[in-house]
Amino acid sequence: MNRHMFLMLAGAMSVALPAIATAQTELTVYTAVEAVDLDRYKATFEKSHPDITINWVRDSTGVMTAKLLAEKDNPQADVVWGLAATSLLLLKTEGMLEAYQPKGVEALDKKFVDKDNPPSWVGMDAYVAALCYNTVEGEKLGLKAPKSWDDLTKPEYKGHVIMPNPASSGTGFLDVSGWMQMWGEEKAWSFMDKLHENISAYTHSGSKPCKMAGAGEAVVGVSFEFPGAKAKSAGAPIDIIFPTEGSGWEAEATAIIAGTANLEAAKTLVDWSVTKEANEMYNAGYAVVAYPGVAKPVEHLPSDIAAKMIDNDFEWAANNRATILKEWQKRYDAKSEPKS
Amino acid sequence: MNIALEAPYLPLAGKRLRQETSRDDRIKFGLMAVIGLYLVVALGAPLFVMLSKSLSTYRFDLAAFEFQVSDETGAKWGPVVTADALNRTLGAVAEGDLASSADGRLAATKFFPDFSFRSPVHYRIRGTTDDAAFLAGSTLEKGTEWREYDSGTFRRIMLRPARTLGLDNFKTYFSTPALARSIYNSVLMAAISTVVTISIAFALAYGLTRSCMPLKGLFRGILAIPILVPSLLPGIALVYLFGNQGIFKDWLLGYSIYGPIGIVIGSVFFTLPHAFLIILTALSIADARHYEAAASLKASKWRTFTTVTLPGARFGLVSAAFVVFTLVITDFGLPKVIGGQYGMLAVDIYKQVIGQQNFEMGAVVSVILLVPAILAFAVDRRMQKRQVALLSARAVPYVPKPNVRMDTICFAFACLVSFFILGMIAMCQIAAVVKFWPYDLTLTAKNFAFDLMDGGGWSAYANSIRLALLTALFGSVIVFAGAYMVEKADAFRFGRNVFHFLAMMPMAVPGMVLGLAYIFFFNNPANPLNAIYGTMTILVVSTVTHFYTVAHLTALTALKQMDPEFESVAASLKQPFHRLFFRVTLPVCLPAILNIAIYLFVNAMTTVSAVVFLYASDTKLASVAVLNMDDAGDIAPAAAMGMMIFYTNVAAKLIHALLARGLLARTQAWR
Amino acid sequence: MRHALSIEPTPTGIARAPEVAAPYLEISDLWKSYGDFVALRDISLSIAKGEFICFLGPSGCGKTTLLRAIAGLDLQSNGRILQGGRNISTLPASNRDYGIVFQSYALFPNLTIEQNIAFGLENAGRSRAEIATRVNELLATVGLSEQSKKYPAQLSGGQQQRIALARAIAISPGLLLLDEPLSALDAKVRVHLRHEIKSLQRKLGVTTIMVTHDQEEALAMADRIVVMNHGVIEQVGSPTEIYSHPKTLFVADFIGETNQFAAKVLKDGAVEIGHSAFDCSTKDLEAGTTATAVVRPVDIIPHGAHAHVVSAVDRPATPQNLIDAEVREMEFLGMFWRTRLTAPRLGERTLVADFSVNAVRRLNIETGGVIQVEIPRDRLLLFPRSA
Repeated sequence: MNRHMFLMLAGAMSVALPAIATAQTELTVYTAVEAVDLDRYKATFEKSHPDITINWVRDSTGVMTAKLLAEKDNPQADVVWGLAATSLLLLKTEGMLEAYQPKGVEALDKKFVDKDNPPSWVGMDAYVAALCYNTVEGEKLGLKAPKSWDDLTKPEYKGHVIMPNPASSGTGFLDVSGWMQMWGEEKAWSFMDKLHENISAYTHSGSKPCKMAGAGEAVVGVSFEFPGAKAKSAGAPIDIIFPTEGSGWEAEATAIIAGTANLEAAKTLVDWSVTKEANEMYNAGYAVVAYPGVAKPVEHLPSDIAAKMIDNDFEWAANNRATILKEWQKRYDAKSEPKS
Repeated sequence: MNIALEAPYLPLAGKRLRQETSRDDRIKFGLMAVIGLYLVVALGAPLFVMLSKSLSTYRFDLAAFEFQVSDETGAKWGPVVTADALNRTLGAVAEGDLASSADGRLAATKFFPDFSFRSPVHYRIRGTTDDAAFLAGSTLEKGTEWREYDSGTFRRIMLRPARTLGLDNFKTYFSTPALARSIYNSVLMAAISTVVTISIAFALAYGLTRSCMPLKGLFRGILAIPILVPSLLPGIALVYLFGNQGIFKDWLLGYSIYGPIGIVIGSVFFTLPHAFLIILTALSIADARHYEAAASLKASKWRTFTTVTLPGARFGLVSAAFVVFTLVITDFGLPKVIGGQYGMLAVDIYKQVIGQQNFEMGAVVSVILLVPAILAFAVDRRMQKRQVALLSARAVPYVPKPNVRMDTICFAFACLVSFFILGMIAMCQIAAVVKFWPYDLTLTAKNFAFDLMDGGGWSAYANSIRLALLTALFGSVIVFAGAYMVEKADAFRFGRNVFHFLAMMPMAVPGMVLGLAYIFFFNNPANPLNAIYGTMTILVVSTVTHFYTVAHLTALTALKQMDPEFESVAASLKQPFHRLFFRVTLPVCLPAILNIAIYLFVNAMTTVSAVVFLYASDTKLASVAVLNMDDAGDIAPAAAMGMMIFYTNVAAKLIHALLARGLLARTQAWR
Repeated sequence: MRHALSIEPTPTGIARAPEVAAPYLEISDLWKSYGDFVALRDISLSIAKGEFICFLGPSGCGKTTLLRAIAGLDLQSNGRILQGGRNISTLPASNRDYGIVFQSYALFPNLTIEQNIAFGLENAGRSRAEIATRVNELLATVGLSEQSKKYPAQLSGGQQQRIALARAIAISPGLLLLDEPLSALDAKVRVHLRHEIKSLQRKLGVTTIMVTHDQEEALAMADRIVVMNHGVIEQVGSPTEIYSHPKTLFVADFIGETNQFAAKVLKDGAVEIGHSAFDCSTKDLEAGTTATAVVRPVDIIPHGAHAHVVSAVDRPATPQNLIDAEVREMEFLGMFWRTRLTAPRLGERTLVADFSVNAVRRLNIETGGVIQVEIPRDRLLLFPRSA
């Protein structure tokens, strides 16, 4: 094929002509951060570090994680930026991350930093489990807004709750792992048994339940705060509710891929990711950021979200993920018939 | 050499003559080798790698780990014992639970029933092989060095499974009810959709060929519409029509559209054109003389129908049934959008790979999905072979006579189906331009601001057009050249048969399976073709391969209509084959080549299944964007992008029609 | 069995006398098999330069296979083909020297008539003007000069056939191969074209092989006919030889019409048919040999009604071969009458005899009448039955 030939030729030329390249370092950065935010990060970073160019490779968390794992033996990325901490832990247990202590990491909230020393990943911000409640549909059906997780198991919500499938959605899993860490496994399973009776669908993606609730396809969407705020801005008649028991959460974090050819530049980027300046930028979309005292309230979200966050043990979550999911699928996936 | 008079048979089989090869033969052989190699690389090898991947399992190898436990002082060590030995005495882990997945973990404390993290006892662990891996917390440890941990840390020791070969993945698959259930679901959905689609398609085709209803051309046009949209689109339309906020929600009597009902309705929508065209062809070739015979025998209408119409169309019906069955069982887009919790095989592959990063299980589901698809394909091929003999060149075309009652019924039915098709498209169109369904119905263009959503933005749309053009261009060239070699190369019978078989294969390989196989094959640093992974090239290759068969058959049909002696004449006139090819074969087959090009274009625009595993961040596609936006809950922009694909395909069809007319006027003057 | 086809048999392998011109095309020991099926069995054949040869036989007899082997389109399994002294046995088609016309004509549908004819002339170093001149010449030869700008589909079948012929001879090939060239045409055009092809061949002097299943065509056109059956050459000879002296029952039966009777050799010069003895050349056949006796309907001579022997001046009949026969049916076929006779001496079998209109009138032959007919001794052919 001609195209292939062209590619090979182009490849050969880029190898043959290294002299043309300047001292500029190009970093390939895999990310799951919202596409709209990437340009800001890139512009700001490159302004202060003109010798480094960021090439973003963006996709959803699931796809990114799959891609990174698939490239395990031949990594293409230098840095992972803004991927779920649980995913990074998965990469860490495969030995794919380069441990590094970024300059200034001491300033960050400890729960946003890998427990090992030096840490393999450092957090940027958090997304927190929340409920999106469609007030219009709720009123039509004569429902009251739920206040707690426990409320969701009430019979009147039967068929009106939608949540992400923990097997395919990081959000879904943070919910489940959150319940388990709050209540212990046994209680969490019995809660989920009851909740399952009310669930109309388990979605593939974590933000979809909130959007489905926003569109009235469901009344309550178990999701996280970010898409809730977004949907509300777009005009969805929803309330964003943080259950009284507390919420599971996930950190978006940054890590260096082991074996990168651009280690120094990668370190520079990770150093920057923990700065106050960077954290202020995270705050544009996320109410909770890793740098204490930086966060300002986000529109449509309460200011005390950080207080709702449970004490999350990422390592426990990562190491028990397979077992939990196996059990979850056994219990809930088997009943594959749709609910009317 | 003198042959003995009495020798009744060939003297010696081994002495068979071999023709000297001409330059033409060598060029043809070279071309065939190139295209054959293409099919091997683009189809055979990836599928083989995938098959082997499905047998690649992860298992906890307990014999690979050794422990040592200290006394309370932490100074005196007990005997070295393997995890295997401990398990045999304790029975802590059942044999069946040793099978695991790539991210499996097994807590080391399972082998120490009296373990307490408060105990002062220390533990040592090491592998007996260099590959034995375990986690201390989240740190990966490997090798045969002893490592010592206090009991607080030992709680965090997790054994990792080792890779082996075996059928464990399949065992796991069949012992996971949710997964195994999908087989039943998929077959059931495919079967129901097939029956419904075939019935509707038959009634329509019957009306178009056997009645004098008006507007036949218009109905044909409308019935072609579903081909122009991704199968995700009917799913989205159904959400708006029958979802919880749907306009016609009440029609479902409380049943949910998310699940079997939605899958069947959507499947009927997107498979209808395929079934309709096949059955229409079958009914069109009916021989009027049979009807005259039936009339002269005073057979009743019903008897004529059952003894003439049905048998005449039965191969078409069977063929259409298999096409619909295969389309439904391998389709991924529709059940992804509307399937709800109803597990389907094709969606399972996606869930396993993208959702859970369980590539091995994805490969297992792929292998399972291949079975019904290949069965359907094989049976259909057999039927097709028999059909050829039934066609008579001397048939007299049937011309229907007006019959008010019959014509009215047929017309009404065609209208009904057309409303269904147009309604689905119209619903998507409305959804695409409404601000916030169902709460704010003001018109807006914001759903077309794709750059503000996840999914890929307008560049995805541009990529799709690029992919479609490249696929149409390279696909037409490869497919036609390949078909030419199969049909017109007069030697290398064996090579041609292998080639033809490879060319027929893609029909039976679901897109998801092909896509996954490509990941395994191309995303391997040891593969010299690894460079195309993540590029537009791999998308083009996968799309050409995915849609190879139908294009190949189209080219073959066109070539078969050429006099087989053209090549002999050219050889006798001492003209190289390429001169004949460019002066005669190509111009004569141009209409068919244009048809192949537009077929590839339209499908490249709408396909999701193969490319969903293969696109990279800079090669996102419009159809995948529809999927991802729907996935993220941005249904209106998904509908908007779907409509963009529809408009593009309509435009492509129009350009194709104009081009065909213009070109044909110049090159087909002889017709 | 071997078939040596030159008029004077020259077994292959033996050095020929220098004064005998070497045959233009020489096929020796040719075999062709498809799996277990043997399509051509030990074919040897020599064709002289300028000869018009017909391969004649029923469908499936191997005649087309042989032609395609000569053309290099279907390689023989074994055997040798020499053309003009050159061994072409394994040469690819494009390296041989022949022009070919197929039953389907295989005219290129998207090229005009002149482009079709010019197809083989281009690409060989000729100038445009040269090509144009040659094309016009060929068009004139086949009498289609006015049609040069038309496409094949706009011509009649006969015209298409002539274009195919013009295209084939455009490159002045040493050998012209015609594969059932006339069978797709209707009867009148066929007879007309038959003549045209033959005269064109004479004019050009090109060695020509034509495959046909139509015996009439073969008899009318060929210098020599090669009769084939089941992959074997049954007989080679001039049309009259083949017709008058068929070497096998197959040839006798395939070419012309026959009455066939079971016969037994009584003694040298006499056979028994039915319950009677007939005079006949028994050649080397021993007494007691069972055979099939063949007589053609046209060879039966009517001798008038009422057992009255009409004097036969130039063809004295032996009395044994004169039989009484009853006329059962008469069918007027324009040129002659076809009658069906029953003769007690021949047993139950019907004897078909063709009588000239003249003879019927003169002898007053009519249905139901009894006439005396003669089966001439030298026209009663005997073919021994294989065991």
